[in-house]
Amino acid sequence: MATDHAPATWHHFDDLEHQQQTTLFGMWAFLATEVLIFGGMFTAYTVYRMQYSAAFEAASRHLNLWIGGINTLVLLTSSLTMVLAVHAARHGQRRATTTQLLLTAALGSVFLALKAVEYYLDYRDNLVPLYAFDPAEWSALNVRPQHVELFLIFYYCLTGLHAVHLIIGIAVVLVLAVFAHRDYFTKEFHSPVEAWGLYWHFIDVVWVFLLPLLYLIGSRAIVG
Amino acid sequence: MNSETSTTTYFVIYFALVALTLATCGLSFVPHFEWHTSVGLAIASAKVVLIALFFMHLISSTRLTWLALLSGLLWLSILIGLTLADYATRAVLSF
Repeated sequence: MATDHAPATWHHFDDLEHQQQTTLFGMWAFLATEVLIFGGMFTAYTVYRMQYSAAFEAASRHLNLWIGGINTLVLLTSSLTMVLAVHAARHGQRRATTTQLLLTAALGSVFLALKAVEYYLDYRDNLVPLYAFDPAEWSALNVRPQHVELFLIFYYCLTGLHAVHLIIGIAVVLVLAVFAHRDYFTKEFHSPVEAWGLYWHFIDVVWVFLLPLLYLIGSRAIVG
Repeated sequence: MNSETSTTTYFVIYFALVALTLATCGLSFVPHFEWHTSVGLAIASAKVVLIALFFMHLISSTRLTWLALLSGLLWLSILIGLTLADYATRAVLSF
């Protein structure tokens, strides 16, 4: 079963199937801990959202839904290319695996670039607590400025933590692409691609929840 | 190591996810629709289920994988449940 390219079966596993199952189980166990990290932040966010709903709604409306929405589509597309990379790896297709992994990393980078632009626009629109913030703007809307600042802190911490995970994901996917290009993976042994595919989809899942929780609280309907 | 899911399935799920995203965003523009947040979160949950089942291959995974995932969700529900049980039954914070 061992190939010339990869140290396929490690000595403490019965066979490659056993090894792959263990690798994936390890990644799922890690993702469970990641769920708890983000879950903790989401819970804290929910507590304050329940208490200061008016301010959170008003602040949410000021976030850039265009960039948020487009970024969601970018990340969903990257999940598609990632699962296609895993599919190609399962069939031992070297070039398809490499291409799809590179596309995944590229789309992830597009997300980060748009996020950077969005952060700049947030700064320009006075949405940075302490640094670029106009309390009077929010008092005029009948909400307490400090509640708005709390929402914004959650926004930057949640999207920032997500961005850190995405940076790690892009770096790993690029390394996997190099390995794939060098014919390191086979139909039998490609568990790193499978495992980090799970990680990538998890990043997407977090963002899928962030979109409605941060950007879509307040109604953006133009009434009247 | 199975490869039962076809490429076509992946694309179908992808377009479903895109459609659901557009629906979530569009809902917040509908006037006088107070439930758009809850519906938006329900749609987000549906998207996560699709991603987990098909992109993360849960639908063809072992019971061990399901166990790992469900254990994580169990602990998450304890985290959310006990925290909110505390805060949701207290007086309003003043700040």
